[in-house]
Amino acid sequence: MDLKDLYQEIILDHGKNPRNLGKFDNYNKDAKGNNPLCGDNVHVYLRLNENKKVEDIAFEGHGCAISMASASIMTDMVRGKEEKEVKEIVTDFLGMIKEKDSLETNILKDDEKTKLMSLSGVKQYPMRVKCATLSWHTLTSALDNSDQIVKTEE
Amino acid sequence: MNINDIKREFPIFDDKIQNNDLVYLDSANSSQKPRVVVDRIYDFYTKEFSNVGRSVHYLAVAATNLYEQTRVSVQKYINAKDKDEIVFTKGATEAINLVANTFGQKYLSEGDEVLLTELEHHSNYVPWHFLRKAKNIKIEFAEINDDGEVTLEAIEKKITNKTKIISVSHLSNVTGAILPIKEIVELAHSKNIPVLIDGCQGAPHLRLDMQDIDCDFYAISGHKMYGPTGIGVLYAKKKWLEDLPPYQGGGGMINEVKKEGITYGELPNKYEAGTMATAQVIAFNESIKFMEKIGIQNIEKHEKELLDYGLEKLRKNNSVNIIGNPKEKGGVISFTIEGVHPHDIATILDEDGVAIRAGHHCCQILHDKLNLPATARASFGVYNTKDDIDKLDEAINKCKKIFNL
Repeated sequence: MDLKDLYQEIILDHGKNPRNLGKFDNYNKDAKGNNPLCGDNVHVYLRLNENKKVEDIAFEGHGCAISMASASIMTDMVRGKEEKEVKEIVTDFLGMIKEKDSLETNILKDDEKTKLMSLSGVKQYPMRVKCATLSWHTLTSALDNSDQIVKTEE
Repeated sequence: MNINDIKREFPIFDDKIQNNDLVYLDSANSSQKPRVVVDRIYDFYTKEFSNVGRSVHYLAVAATNLYEQTRVSVQKYINAKDKDEIVFTKGATEAINLVANTFGQKYLSEGDEVLLTELEHHSNYVPWHFLRKAKNIKIEFAEINDDGEVTLEAIEKKITNKTKIISVSHLSNVTGAILPIKEIVELAHSKNIPVLIDGCQGAPHLRLDMQDIDCDFYAISGHKMYGPTGIGVLYAKKKWLEDLPPYQGGGGMINEVKKEGITYGELPNKYEAGTMATAQVIAFNESIKFMEKIGIQNIEKHEKELLDYGLEKLRKNNSVNIIGNPKEKGGVISFTIEGVHPHDIATILDEDGVAIRAGHHCCQILHDKLNLPATARASFGVYNTKDDIDKLDEAINKCKKIFNL
């Protein structure tokens, strides 16, 4: 285990200065997620236009550097993508965090993949995986219009 | 037993953990186990095992005697009047649930109030919440002050003529505040209100005298007292145990069972249904003996020294913010670091073998009040040394470095 893998510069940067933090007025989908064991929470807001494209996305919440960076990078990455593409990225990301060595989707460019892979350090820290995945599960919940609050307990 | 080399009594410190010497600062969560306790479990299972209280063969009688010896040890340790006032449970959580359930059944009805405090652990709130749902009772919370204490005045302020029971912590697992429980009991009794003390953090660290405190109920966690998991104690005044209904039904707690009716057993069997955590109860006797051998006054003194040293050290460390400043405080230091989330602190400290806890420590009401989603917490046990605190301080500095503070 190496802390440098977990706390890469990009994670520290996004953790400290999260992009897309806040809420915007004309969102049409949202969902909340929380991590009951540690008290972290996130609220994802997004606007899907008539072509099912993510026109805008933002999040509110608080949590550790990993969870804030993950939400920050995620929101950056899915803006402008179609719902179907977003779901593929989410599945690919969660698969990578859980078991796969790399990202497989063709939707993401190489530099985007590199950015996402900066979160792969959590794989060595099983207790921290939920920090990285909370916002992604919450995004899925928002897209599916689920009223259920996402919990990271499995 | 010299408290300064007590670490060697605990096998967990013999080996490296992830290539580090273990700096265990999570005793408020659960304490490590001395060799005598671990060995006792092994010996009981390998040489003496039998179920207790039922059969008449040699092993059953011997096991029953051992089991009852723990009851007497606990009685003496906490200076209870009668050994029948000691009920074994699976933990302090079950002890509190037992009281909430049975007292609630018999004495609480719609509109009645239960008085807790804002610093209670979830285990001293959720069981009462069940009653709020089932019986429409109200739960009131005595407020903490800016130092993270609950004063007698704060309790008094929330007592009304509807208050039917007061249930408070002895020692906060977050701020470390030691509550004035004797004064609270005296005040409550002057208004005919019984008091339950959640002694999870009190029993492992403070001298206990039930007859002096005079509380009606006191809940103890075995695994925080250098004992095995799966064992706790409910101390309750005999009048309550005789008066309240049984909690769980099953074998061992009955007197006579007929198709048309059942009578219940004598104390303490009435509250110990089913096969209890026999080996754990028997090994718990070793925990009590272990603490007696060190001497509770020596434990108090040692942990106070660690606390003072830790507070001094961490106060000097820039950007460390210590939560609460109670005048009477046990060996718990909760803190935050400006710019680093507690979970990141815990992960980084763990890399150097420094085990702390991060989160809300099962006290969300308190963290909401403090407006903090989470804190980091270092808590002490008999085995800790000043060297452990130095390592904590160094690891905190490493944390600050990683986060460019």
